[in-house]
Amino acid sequence: MDYFLQQLINGVTLGSIYGLIAIGYTMVYGIIGMINFAHGDIFMVGSFIALVLIVALGITAATPVLLLILALALVLVVAMALTAVWGWTVERVAYRPLRGSFRLAPLITAIGASIALQNFVQVSQGAKNKPLQPLFSGSFQLTDGGADGSGFIVNLSYIQILIVVTTVILMGGFTYIINNTNLGRSQRACEQDRKMASLLGVNVDRTISLTFVMGASLASVAGLMFLLYYGVIDFYIGFLAGVKAFTAAVLGGIGSLPGAMLGGLLIGLIETFWSGYFSVEYKDVAAFSILAIVLIFMPEGLLGQPEVEKV
Amino acid sequence: MQARQKDSLLVASVKDSLGGAIITFALACVMIGLRVDVASGRGAELFLEHRWLAVAAAVVIVFAGRFAMNVFFWKREDPPSLNLSGFLPKGGLSTGTSSVLKYALLGLAVVLPFALMFWLGARGSRQYIDLAILVLTYVMLGWGLNIVVGLAGLLDLGYVAFYAVGAYSYALLAHYFGFSFWICLPLAGILAAFWGIILGFPVLRLRGDYLAIVTLAFGEIIRVVLLNWYQFTGGPDGLSGIPRPSFFGLEFTRGEGGFASFFGLDYSSIHRIIFLYYLIFAMALFTNFVTMRLRRMPIGRAWEALREDEIACRALGINTTTTKLTAFALGAMFAGFAGSFFATRQGFISPESFTFLESAIILAIVVLGGLGSQIGVVIAAIVMIGGFEFFREFEEYRMLVFGMIMVVIMVWKPRGLISSRTPSVALSKNAKGISADLVQEGHG
Amino acid sequence: MSSWDNNPVLKVEHLTMRFGGLTAINDLSFNIGRGDITALIGPNGAGKTTVFNCITGFYKPTEGRLIMARSGGEKHLLERMADFKITADAKVARTFQNIRLFGGMTILENLMVAQHNPLMVASNWTIGGLLGLGGYKKSNVEAIETAKYWLERIDLIDRADKPAADLSYGDQRRLEIARAMCTGPELLCLDEPAAGLNPKESLELNTLLQYIRKEHDTSVVLIEHDMSVVMEISDHVVVLDYGVKISDGTPDFVKNDPHVIAAYLGVEDDEVGQVEEEVGI
Repeated sequence: MDYFLQQLINGVTLGSIYGLIAIGYTMVYGIIGMINFAHGDIFMVGSFIALVLIVALGITAATPVLLLILALALVLVVAMALTAVWGWTVERVAYRPLRGSFRLAPLITAIGASIALQNFVQVSQGAKNKPLQPLFSGSFQLTDGGADGSGFIVNLSYIQILIVVTTVILMGGFTYIINNTNLGRSQRACEQDRKMASLLGVNVDRTISLTFVMGASLASVAGLMFLLYYGVIDFYIGFLAGVKAFTAAVLGGIGSLPGAMLGGLLIGLIETFWSGYFSVEYKDVAAFSILAIVLIFMPEGLLGQPEVEKV
Repeated sequence: MQARQKDSLLVASVKDSLGGAIITFALACVMIGLRVDVASGRGAELFLEHRWLAVAAAVVIVFAGRFAMNVFFWKREDPPSLNLSGFLPKGGLSTGTSSVLKYALLGLAVVLPFALMFWLGARGSRQYIDLAILVLTYVMLGWGLNIVVGLAGLLDLGYVAFYAVGAYSYALLAHYFGFSFWICLPLAGILAAFWGIILGFPVLRLRGDYLAIVTLAFGEIIRVVLLNWYQFTGGPDGLSGIPRPSFFGLEFTRGEGGFASFFGLDYSSIHRIIFLYYLIFAMALFTNFVTMRLRRMPIGRAWEALREDEIACRALGINTTTTKLTAFALGAMFAGFAGSFFATRQGFISPESFTFLESAIILAIVVLGGLGSQIGVVIAAIVMIGGFEFFREFEEYRMLVFGMIMVVIMVWKPRGLISSRTPSVALSKNAKGISADLVQEGHG
Repeated sequence: MSSWDNNPVLKVEHLTMRFGGLTAINDLSFNIGRGDITALIGPNGAGKTTVFNCITGFYKPTEGRLIMARSGGEKHLLERMADFKITADAKVARTFQNIRLFGGMTILENLMVAQHNPLMVASNWTIGGLLGLGGYKKSNVEAIETAKYWLERIDLIDRADKPAADLSYGDQRRLEIARAMCTGPELLCLDEPAAGLNPKESLELNTLLQYIRKEHDTSVVLIEHDMSVVMEISDHVVVLDYGVKISDGTPDFVKNDPHVIAAYLGVEDDEVGQVEEEVGI
């Protein structure tokens, strides 16, 4: 039971990270109907930007707690802004010129952009793994392992709390933006019918750009969380995380924000439980199999709308 | 009046270029300006390296570049590009030129090894023949995938899985049963086709990009299984000592009974390379021959009709499931053939050769060449793989440039380099090609 | 007992189709006579296209039976068959409201695709044809002849090698009908064939349909809004409103049926007499 609880905590943490990335996939798919293949790599770039900033600011575990939190908040904001520029640029260079063109074309440019981003980071930051010393090492001990010390000790670390809390706050903020602001309204209008939206005076190009910007900044938050949680990153983390987050988006129902979050949580839980109870080697197979099974048997996902074939 | 016009052009250009420069600075300031690396002497500690000069250079280049483009092209009323475009061929190659090109390339491919030997000698030509073999392997893979993506309009991102099945089939059959290459070649193709049917059956009713993602997932599953099944596949260490092919029973070895002594030649390792070249050349031509023939048959027409409109196909009594499965299985079979060739050529295989990147490259060759165009695949393979290998000295930047070129070519020609479709049947002798703008890219 | 009830090619019995809570068709029964041109009419949203989608297998009916009686005597229960089997085995072909041609293929190729099944058999499911065995070559020539025959009928023989997407709207409509005829159907379902046609094209369509009925063993059922087309060419008219049959008979009978007038004019049944007086029928 205690082991189960520990896996649950780990799974929710991991799921929060996947959920943040999945939102980017789901928003872009909703608005322009394409899989933004480079999104996983935007997440990776965000993670690297956060790492560089942490090292540049000299943040270590020795920094006083209050200062540490302030500095990390600064890193978060700057990383979100800079990663957003990356997301914007990818859209501007690789997708916008192909809008309304052949449907395969943006998929190919997306794959090209993904390859280019990975190798750009490999060239500019080097191919080696980048380990970061843990910044928060403390944790709450939820169980004491029993009187004789034979039980399992369940830890809820500070960093896990930080990740989940940040995710919840950001999710709330973005849901508010989508539901209650002008930007959110024009975004939903573009999702429904892009041509009509533009006839009604919505600046479609700008709305799509902003979608990429939001997706990228959420991905950079996920990047920072990933860095703090695992403590090591390399230029290749974007591919797997991207595929898993996409799985999450599909599982939750592509196009649906709460769906992306729910899907992220489920994928995180499934992955941790799979590694915890079955085999670590095949944890990616588990994620990929779920993707295939979901797409085959319930392509509309958990919270998405079913598609009716029009004849 | 004239002066003011010029002025506002300049001001506008400066504004635009400044915007570009600011974006570039935002992109570059952290990712180029600073580099975090692991200090080798001090354990796992990270240290920073500053490269602000590179950032400044990037910003200046973008500013100057955008400024020049603005002044001379984008914001002018009579951009010189208008005059320039008159010199460029319009709408891709015409059917006439592309058929001339076809025979020219075919002739070149036939004489290539001997021409290279003649010019560069056995030692000097080896690396070029090796490169030509690589290009031909990709041509064959591209032609195989063209059946699935180009003709049937099914987006397959896991094509490399069947390449892997082919390679491992040969390696394992040779390892456990001692079968020779010539027995394994058809078996590898059949096994790959079999896997194509097994994987294809559940997923082929998915629409376009979902199909792409599921095939990607299957490709990765196969790779992860190959990676972790140590007892059977050797895991990350791969399989080595895969037997080389023989020339009708003649081994390419030194001494009695070998190829060289049978034909009274001096032994040279180049013989095997040339043999491999003609082997893959013949295999690629076979792929092309079968594809071209199938295109003129009911099944081929059904594939193309499926790409155009699946619902209409069903209304015409076409069993879309089996039609898709044949395309998938056939594409997989050719990948299986190519895979066993790859195994025999390398003599060693490991899961590392079958990553998603390979699938992406093959798909890029097909799409950049022009979906459904056989000659387009050849040109794209030469440009992408050939060009790629020529930049071997710039190892680090190779993939970066590769990715950027994929984006640039696609933005420049979204329909690919050769973008016209030849009708599969015609009443008149000189039927024209169909512009790709009318051709659908698959359902979804 | 009318002629369509004596020898129906298709019997629709108690057909019901529900989408979630919405009942698109409710307990609909009618017969389509062999050799007739039957028109299915009704206001927008009456469920006409849904009936077509049930007949051609694109929807599985919630309840009811669809019995196709082929001229050879075999019977097929369409509601149990996969959509492509309905065309291949039961010989029911259809066209679509929004034309579905293979735009990037030539006109001739469109007609060749329609002859897929016999050609597949002739090529021994590709294997024989690939090896150059058997009668594939001969069948292929015959298929081209069939295509040419229809191209002459629809007056597109000169443009056989042009892409279908280049054709004008009226030509595309006729090509779609010719393509459906190339599957050798015994029942041809046309979804608004005259929609968007000008009077001249409309006339050509009438001629084509009359020709099909006269020269081929094919019954026609069509959905149409253009009453002049319906009244001129059809032998039998079925009127739907809100998924229910409100009238069924000869064009003359339907034209004077108060229920039909009420449905089209949007008034209650008992007010029809009053309205009729006002409009002078």
